Amino acid sequence: MIDTIIHSEQWLAYAFAFLMGLSMLIYGLLDGYDLGVGILSYYAKDKKESDQMVSSIGPFWDANETWLVLGVGILLVAFPKAHGIILSNLYIPVFIMLIGLIFRGVAFDFMSKSDNRHKKDWYYAFFAGSLTTALAQGFMLGSYIIGFEIDTLNSKLFVFTVSISLAVGYCLIGANWLIMKTTGDLQKKAIQWSKLSLVGAIICIALVSIGTPISNLTIFNKWFVLPNFYYLSLIPLLTIFFVLWMYLLLNKLPYSDDRYCWLPFVLTIIIAILCFVGLVYSFFPFIIPNEMLIVQASAANSSLMIIFVGALIVLPILLGYTFFVYKVFHGKTTDLRYD
Amino acid sequence: MDVLELSRLQFAANITFHFLFPSITIALGWFLFFFKLRFNSTKNVKWMDIYFFWTKVFALCFALGVVTGITMSFQFGTNWPGFMNTVGNVAGPLLGYEVLTAFFLEASFLGVMLFGYRRVKPWVHTLATFLVAFGTTLSAFWILVLNSWMQTPQGIIMIEGEAVVTSWFEIIFNPSMPYRLIHTLLASVLTASFLIIGLSAYRVLKNGHTKILRSTMKAVIIVAAIVTPTQIFIGDLHGLNSFKHQPQKVAAMEGHWETKKGAPLVLFGIPDEKQKKNHLSLEIPKLGSYILTHDFNGEVKGLDQFENEHPPVGKVFYSFRIMVLFGLLMLALSWLGVYYIIRKQEFPKYYLKMLFFMTFSGWIPTTAGWYVTEIGRQPYLVQGILKTADAVSSVPSAHVSITLTIYLIVYAILFYAFISTIFYMARGATDKLSNRLKEIDLGDRRSAAVKISS
Repeated sequence: MIDTIIHSEQWLAYAFAFLMGLSMLIYGLLDGYDLGVGILSYYAKDKKESDQMVSSIGPFWDANETWLVLGVGILLVAFPKAHGIILSNLYIPVFIMLIGLIFRGVAFDFMSKSDNRHKKDWYYAFFAGSLTTALAQGFMLGSYIIGFEIDTLNSKLFVFTVSISLAVGYCLIGANWLIMKTTGDLQKKAIQWSKLSLVGAIICIALVSIGTPISNLTIFNKWFVLPNFYYLSLIPLLTIFFVLWMYLLLNKLPYSDDRYCWLPFVLTIIIAILCFVGLVYSFFPFIIPNEMLIVQASAANSSLMIIFVGALIVLPILLGYTFFVYKVFHGKTTDLRYD
Repeated sequence: MDVLELSRLQFAANITFHFLFPSITIALGWFLFFFKLRFNSTKNVKWMDIYFFWTKVFALCFALGVVTGITMSFQFGTNWPGFMNTVGNVAGPLLGYEVLTAFFLEASFLGVMLFGYRRVKPWVHTLATFLVAFGTTLSAFWILVLNSWMQTPQGIIMIEGEAVVTSWFEIIFNPSMPYRLIHTLLASVLTASFLIIGLSAYRVLKNGHTKILRSTMKAVIIVAAIVTPTQIFIGDLHGLNSFKHQPQKVAAMEGHWETKKGAPLVLFGIPDEKQKKNHLSLEIPKLGSYILTHDFNGEVKGLDQFENEHPPVGKVFYSFRIMVLFGLLMLALSWLGVYYIIRKQEFPKYYLKMLFFMTFSGWIPTTAGWYVTEIGRQPYLVQGILKTADAVSSVPSAHVSITLTIYLIVYAILFYAFISTIFYMARGATDKLSNRLKEIDLGDRRSAAVKISS
């Protein structure tokens, strides 16, 4: 029995597709709040406020970014054929994202360490790098959804919308992160940012949800077929429910004892997971929409098994110490100090 | 230029710039751990001053290493799809294990190490420092296993143009791995040592002597004085290992055009690939054979044995000499320092100035050494298995040249910012704890801070 499972190539391919999806989702959530805070830092009223914002993500961003390396690594290792097609189609947006990530990442350190003449430039680089990264990732996601065929006006509009949507989504989770991690004026400001982003996100989710099945007939057929439609409508209904909940909650925050300051952040995670599940359902079992199946792209063999076993052992440990780090820096952000 | 040349240039630019930073952090992590342990055992806060200054440098180097490293992880796919298609079964698990076991470990505990001093128990902070150093070294281990395997591949069979693994033990413990691993780790120790010594000398020259700077310099100069000769010895063993497994690389390093018994040691010359000879060469007869075969009349294979299969000679030949030259310079400087330490003399000004000029000198032999080994493997990407030309992608060369140009501009900006920030930090560094808070128990300070923040 175990022998047949081990030798079933399809089983392993789906397991890796799951791991890859999971890494990408975790990346989107974790680096999503980093990048969102980065974009919002543009609206900080003074240096003190932007420092507070930067401090709230300081201990985390490095590890958050590693999920991207893992996700792309799995794509590279487990689905080499899809990897080649995806990344050569996205050569320029990947490059733009990397430049954004470079400036965002180094700005963290340079803004606190460089001389006063250049400090301002690094604050700006932090914002610009975050925004560039978010837009480039949205562009990549949009191109991916329509199978890299960006020639008609409609497809261009669609990719553009997804690009903006992802940036807005990052702002939303970033603002909700700040609500959880800060107090006082900045927290009040974050609540306003969150409301604005939420309205933007509602428009974006609606546009993308309508645009995706229209731009892709296969997806249309997967969603709007009875009786599947009844079960599937649970996803948008739940999304609407959580969005409404967040909207009402944001109108009441902050409570005097800062109760529920964490709730908007958690709600955003739930909404993001719902969107992600919707997306995955639309494409499964394709790894490149309409072009290549997960099993076709898979490099299933004994080498993958070795990584899989390693991942099963290492991932729980990894999640364990990630949890530990979040616990260490739990609570409201204080000044980040080395000594 | 065609896509192949442009892609090679781009990869070279990216990895050269990337490795500047790991070459510091791999060893600097262990220096930090050492400073922390010294503090734990002596309770002398001067060690924490050193520790905090160098964690800042570490953080900066680490950030630069991470962001330039992410670029590398995309480059495999965007520019060299043939690599994974051919040897993915070997490279995949090694890279996968690097991410899973090392990247997450170092990145996660970095936060605790940098900002957790007042938030966690002292031993947890020491442990975090250890785990960051360990993670960095572990990551070096995996990537060097893969690189060494590309130089001396074994443990696979080729089936339909794809490498299929027969033995992981043979892959991991391939013949050049132990030498390359130790040689690279020691290179990092020297790079970090000269950075520490150089910046400390700079601080002395700017702000005058302090007790802390003196003890740091002493400790690290002694490390450098021991490690430099060790490194030269290991380098020699590494060369002999290459002679056995990649004789064409050694022939290019040594400038040996013809197979000869009693080959000379070419100290310097100008290799000419068209005429297949060295111009203006300065040679010691028979010594080349003696070094490589331990016999003055031993036979040394020349480049004539590897028609069209040997690397470009000039680049390998010059890079090798630059590396050796800097090795000798480091040896002279570190031993001179030990001489002053033994004589219990202050370091004279001219010596401090020389150390200051050598602050980033570790980068030069490290980079040159990597050029020797990587260019020395050409025209192969994986020795004898996959040619570089067969692995390159078919993206339009215009894309590669545009991105290459922007990368170079970005790297120039970052390089300038890094160097100027490092010296700016050194100028502003003060020994806060030891000067002002001498009497305060650090344990109390920590718990007080925790109370404030919670």
